Amino acid sequence: MSVKDYIRERFFPHMWCPGCGHGIVLNNLLRAIEDLGLNKTGIVMVSGIGCSSRISGYVDFHSLHTLHGRALAFATGVKMSRPELNVIVPMGDGDALAIGGNHFIHAARRNIDLTAIVMNNRVYGMTGGQYSPLSGYGTSATTAPYTNIDHGFDIVALAAAAGASFVARTTTYHVMELRNIVKRAITHKGFSVVEVMSQCPTYFGRKNQMGSAVDMMRSYKENTVPLGSKEKQEHPELIERGVFVEKELPEYRAEYDRIIERARKG
Amino acid sequence: MSQHMMFLQGNEVCVEAALYAGLDFFAGYPITPSTEMAEMLSIRLPQNGGKFLQMEDELASMCAIIGASLTGSKVMTATSGPGFSLMQEALGYAVMTEIPCVIVNVQRGGPSTGNPTHVSQGDVNQARWGTHGDHAIVALTASSNQDVFSITVDAFNISETYRTPVVLLFDEVVGHTRERVLAPEPGEIPLVGRLHTSVRGGVDYHPYLPREDGRLPMSDFGGVHRYNVTGLFHDMWGFPSNNPQVVHGLLRHLVDKIENHANEIARYKEYYLEDAECVLISYGSAARSARHLVNSRRPRGERLGLLELQTLWPFPDQIVREKCAGAKYIVVVEMNMGQILQAVKAAVPDPSKVFLANRVDGDLITPTDIRNILRLIWGKGV
Repeated sequence: MSVKDYIRERFFPHMWCPGCGHGIVLNNLLRAIEDLGLNKTGIVMVSGIGCSSRISGYVDFHSLHTLHGRALAFATGVKMSRPELNVIVPMGDGDALAIGGNHFIHAARRNIDLTAIVMNNRVYGMTGGQYSPLSGYGTSATTAPYTNIDHGFDIVALAAAAGASFVARTTTYHVMELRNIVKRAITHKGFSVVEVMSQCPTYFGRKNQMGSAVDMMRSYKENTVPLGSKEKQEHPELIERGVFVEKELPEYRAEYDRIIERARKG
Repeated sequence: MSQHMMFLQGNEVCVEAALYAGLDFFAGYPITPSTEMAEMLSIRLPQNGGKFLQMEDELASMCAIIGASLTGSKVMTATSGPGFSLMQEALGYAVMTEIPCVIVNVQRGGPSTGNPTHVSQGDVNQARWGTHGDHAIVALTASSNQDVFSITVDAFNISETYRTPVVLLFDEVVGHTRERVLAPEPGEIPLVGRLHTSVRGGVDYHPYLPREDGRLPMSDFGGVHRYNVTGLFHDMWGFPSNNPQVVHGLLRHLVDKIENHANEIARYKEYYLEDAECVLISYGSAARSARHLVNSRRPRGERLGLLELQTLWPFPDQIVREKCAGAKYIVVVEMNMGQILQAVKAAVPDPSKVFLANRVDGDLITPTDIRNILRLIWGKGV
């Protein structure tokens, strides 16, 4: 099998800009699925709206391209009805954490077995470069011409606090790590969150003088460190990568089976 | 009709009927005056192996039932005005993607938080046009608990037949009135199941290519066909398209599949219309008062009749026109500022004959209220 066997070639070329990180995420997501030997008919990809969300149309799985921010709510309906399906939910940072922020924390709280992949490019790309809840204080965007005074979320801390039982962060530079983390996230029973720092050279990079796509990816190499490394203690501004949370907690759909048992006993 | 008699409130009857129709997935959020439905389904659904979900809000509830419907479940949500406002986004998604689902709105006073524990019929036009963009919609209602049962089963059947969301527009009085209901035997009311594609695995399946009869066979998510579903305009594969021909074709299909079947979707009841000089047109709990008035004035020789609408959208223009052909006066009895009034005026040849008898203060309109307004219309004073 090759990656080509997992995509709908009829719908290519894709609509992402040259240098966009999202193609790297798609590629490694498919490689992770290939490594796991998953049946294409057993996978549902549910996405919302935005650049990242177009990923669902390109893959040869059951694909549900929904409303801005609401992918996790649709995915919850799918998973509750057909728990045997692997439900993967790629989202953008604005999609997952601004308009979809409430659905995100509640899916985490329920610990329903979905794999949420947040492709964090720190900007609304499809609408032309407005600031997102991940842009961060002091950044520049088409709607922050005098600098951004909104503080960013920490996706990992938010997901962990909300109750997600698997939480990880990686980048489009660290492709082997990305592939392995996605594999672990899909295999994990419970709500999994993978933040993938993904470059948007067209908008976030250009507005914040971050150079080319290659420069942005190099910055992922230079500004991130593996979780628990000593460098982080010396340079607290470095961003940690790795698996932050991985614990066994009762999974929602399995819990609901117990509800059904209880209801049937009367 | 079996002898299985129940004494229930309208909300509970709606639940019984939904289960009769095969409901196996419900997602909702608590809101007055519909909450009893969620409470009852949280007990009943898991007893049958079905799923009940209390979501974080009505946005999520509506999304969750659409996701579940795609896997082959029969789905429903229940709410009231404020929640129905939040559901409009995903309701439009269900229209665009042609996903069968039933949305119950037990109406209370609005706008905004409004009058939560009191009756209103103020969401009639919201049901029609609440979500953005050109579209058609089906909205049904009922005035008695026996009719709540049959119209709820109809709602599921219509949603499957036309692959469309169906809105059940009840109101607080209907939802909370306790009265006798005779439960039909299983099989007594025919049920429409999901129309599945006969295209086998490995053969190119076109999820959005209607058959000759306009129906669109589905393949459940998780089944042999992997396809795309999107709220964007899409081609026969379900893939996004902005090709003007594709966009035009899909929009016409979405509207025509409902509007061209308005007569088949029309449900109504009539009382004394044969020789009525004054035709009352009403629906929901207001129709109970209108019927009482007609029944009590007929013995005195007043030529009053009642057309009780159970299908509000698509509006049954032709039926209204025919039934009102001999009327000198047409009086629309409703608990809003004249929402069905406008549809009736548009349907009949002489709109100057059409009057409104309404009440919008949170109390049920009474037969006396209607009688007083009729005397004014007839120039007899109150």
